[in-house]
Amino acid sequence: MLPLNSNVMNTKPLSDAQLVNNYITGQESALTQLINRHQQRLYGFIFSKVYDRDVTEDIFQDTFIKVIKTLKKGKYNEQGKFLPWVMRIAHNLIIDFFRKNNRMPKFKNKGDFDIFSLISDGSSNAEYKLIDQQISDHLYLLLEELPEDQRTVIKMRMYQDMSFKEISENTGVSINTALGRMRYGLINLRKMIEKHNISLIN
Amino acid sequence: MAKLYTQEPSNSEQLKPREETVSFLLNYSKALKIMPIGTKNFETFIN
Repeated sequence: MLPLNSNVMNTKPLSDAQLVNNYITGQESALTQLINRHQQRLYGFIFSKVYDRDVTEDIFQDTFIKVIKTLKKGKYNEQGKFLPWVMRIAHNLIIDFFRKNNRMPKFKNKGDFDIFSLISDGSSNAEYKLIDQQISDHLYLLLEELPEDQRTVIKMRMYQDMSFKEISENTGVSINTALGRMRYGLINLRKMIEKHNISLIN
Repeated sequence: MAKLYTQEPSNSEQLKPREETVSFLLNYSKALKIMPIGTKNFETFIN
């Protein structure tokens, strides 16, 4: 009497672990089942990272070549986690692909939000540089309108980056006087700006 | 005549590898034999 094939009798699909064991013992059809079971998820995972059908095919193929080699060498350590293991291989191959091509995935701009608006080299563009220059020029002209003592303190503080201690030593007044001159100088500047409706905002 | 409002299945179902890729993998698996000799593994392809 022929022995009953448990696979035929049992309608419950085999687990990944059982299929892997069957494959290791030489049953090639187990690999077909494993690929059929996970191909969509793995392919979708790779495609979501690389956005290219041909590259996805290549990485999918390389992933399973690694899987096949590892299983045939008997190096696979079964812990009931076949799919996460395969996904990790695919993930590493995706990283290799990006390293080799030295680029990152493209972002598609959908409507109002643009990721590239957040990425800049930190320097201002030509227009802002021009505006900055104009503001500095206007501020310098306004400074010239201030009384001599206030103007000196503001210039030393803002343009020469001196401390109030240094200012007091250079001008021969106390620190408090220097602070007071700075304060009145700024108040007078604001008054002039308001009076003449000057906009210094960048 | 009544209009049909059913939609085509989304392209997520088409996210599958090509048949050629799968059949290549199956053939590769069948052809690959790995023989451990000493501490090394030797790969041979049987066509």
